[in-house]
Amino acid sequence: MTSTSTYANGAAQPRPNRDVIISVRDLVVGFGDKTIMKGLNLDVYRGEVLGFVGGSGQGKSVLTRAILGLVPTRGGAIRIFGQDRDALGPIERRALEQRWGVLFQNGALFSGLTVKQNIQMPMRETRELSQRLMDELAMLKLELVGLGSDAADKFPSELSGGMVKRAALARALALDPELVFLDEPTSGLDPISAADFDELIGTLQQTLGLTVFMVTHDLDSLYSICDRVAALAEGRVIASGPLETLLASDHPWLKAYFHGVRGGRLSAARIEHKDEEWKPAPTTP
Amino acid sequence: MTVAAMQRLPTVTRQASAEGVRLSLSGDWTLVASQRLENEGRRIIDEARRDRMVAIDLSAVSQLDTAGAWLINRARHDLARRDVAVALEHVRPEYSTLLEEAHYRAFEPPARPRLNLVFALLSDLGESAVDALREFYRGVSFLGEFMASMIYVATHPQRFRFTSLVAQIELIGFRSVPIIVLINVLVGGIVAQQGIFQLLKFGASSYTVSLIGILVLRELGVLLTSIMIAGRSGSAITAELGSMKMREEIDALLVMGLSPIEVLIAPRVLGLIISLPILTFIADMAALFGGMVVSWWYGGISPVAFASLLKDAIALHTFMVGIIKAPFMALVIGLIASMDGLATKGSAESLGRQVTSSVVKSIFMVIVMDGLFAIFFASIDY
Repeated sequence: MTSTSTYANGAAQPRPNRDVIISVRDLVVGFGDKTIMKGLNLDVYRGEVLGFVGGSGQGKSVLTRAILGLVPTRGGAIRIFGQDRDALGPIERRALEQRWGVLFQNGALFSGLTVKQNIQMPMRETRELSQRLMDELAMLKLELVGLGSDAADKFPSELSGGMVKRAALARALALDPELVFLDEPTSGLDPISAADFDELIGTLQQTLGLTVFMVTHDLDSLYSICDRVAALAEGRVIASGPLETLLASDHPWLKAYFHGVRGGRLSAARIEHKDEEWKPAPTTP
Repeated sequence: MTVAAMQRLPTVTRQASAEGVRLSLSGDWTLVASQRLENEGRRIIDEARRDRMVAIDLSAVSQLDTAGAWLINRARHDLARRDVAVALEHVRPEYSTLLEEAHYRAFEPPARPRLNLVFALLSDLGESAVDALREFYRGVSFLGEFMASMIYVATHPQRFRFTSLVAQIELIGFRSVPIIVLINVLVGGIVAQQGIFQLLKFGASSYTVSLIGILVLRELGVLLTSIMIAGRSGSAITAELGSMKMREEIDALLVMGLSPIEVLIAPRVLGLIISLPILTFIADMAALFGGMVVSWWYGGISPVAFASLLKDAIALHTFMVGIIKAPFMALVIGLIASMDGLATKGSAESLGRQVTSSVVKSIFMVIVMDGLFAIFFASIDY
């Protein structure tokens, strides 16, 4: 199995001259007397899908929130689009925030607004567009993420878990961001929906030229759409690179993660079928 | 690379050529341009609609996003409907996927049934009447459920959550004491001041003491306390139960075979029933104290004189009238707060609405109950 996944943009191996879109250096984050990130370094390149793995409670979400500026950092530097995030004034911060989209783990849709209004929220607040165009764009985004027009006028509490994720993704994509953060996008979805969602992220990444930072536990997502994978343990990134590098690593945690009971089964299956396109078994009606 | 420096405004340029009209698009066709983007999109149509053949040249487009692609596609569609033949030229491969994804389709707004205004008004009226009745029915049935669970608890005292009850009494009763004392001292003082000024005209300022004593003990003490507690603890109960409902905690209790009324509501309502009479007593004392200080200050009635006048003016039943009402007020507040909390739906807005409705309804019901008690006590001459 080579690193060229189905959706890799051009060369899958990170070339040193590739455009770094997020760069995290010596990041220290802690709460109270507990230090969670101890000098973490991470690079995300333009146009790639980076899968970010780590044990529960290791601080994957904390890192995402630190990059987004929702959690105060104690040290280190975070550069996004080449700008030092901490050095930005409020206006530049705002401009920066309009260039990324975030899919929170539980969707974080505004419960008092319909799905359509949720998607239009960022457009309404930051752009001057006619209601007609906003309606059309919202419906287009809904269609892109695979939701029908009947979902548009529903409230978040009337949606199923998978629909919430899709609607939240549509909202994250509302302003056509260059960078998208996805926090466990496939958790809580059935394998078919999860595979659909992976494919969706891949398609969107390809069409819109997105850079995707994806926190995930879903080994399938790592195999199918991630160009690179970074693993978090002990407060730092212990390994990053194409999936094979991580599979070949003999770090005890990575071995347990990829070659444990669940990971092992999947990687064995993948290697067996490495030459054939994986297709679901035909179902009999 | 700041956004402002990077930005190239989307622009449409028209050139007439031998075979027809050529529109060159240039700049960033992205949402960053907001209104300008939409206007340029419209200009594509304006520039080309009187021609037979139009070529749209995308070679100078530096950036394209879904909004830009959509506007170009929409313009193509509109032109096609006016019998203008449109051809896209010099489309970069990455743009062609995007143009493909954002191909034109009609989004029809879902049809809304149109209602006659009179009909809508009547149906609204009917609905709210039925809702009010249903609400009343729900209240009565909730009271029944609560009573049944109280009887169950009385026969199985080991099932009762005393720790929870004590915690609620602390929360509802103990922590309300400062604010209850403060407002009652003030109101007692205000009543005394007005009483002295008005009764002085008849030379009867010593009757101020009976005015304060009777008004405070029979009505004001319990009323102010109930209203304060409806706002302070009723809203808290509704919000707590409402957010538990939203996060499926209530359902979790139900599937464990536990009754939310027994686990959550009984301690809160009992906490209210125990706390409110105590708070009413404290409120009475505070208001009498406030009245005494002001009478001394404004009316020259010394505390000793105030005490002896008060002793003549009131009897034990004056005090009891107030205290008897307190547990009933507590029950009403507790039941309304719990019921509204459990009626919360999924959204944050709904929680806010339930809390508001709980407080408004409790205060209204407290005043109605007070009126009913007044009629009752008058008719039994108590």
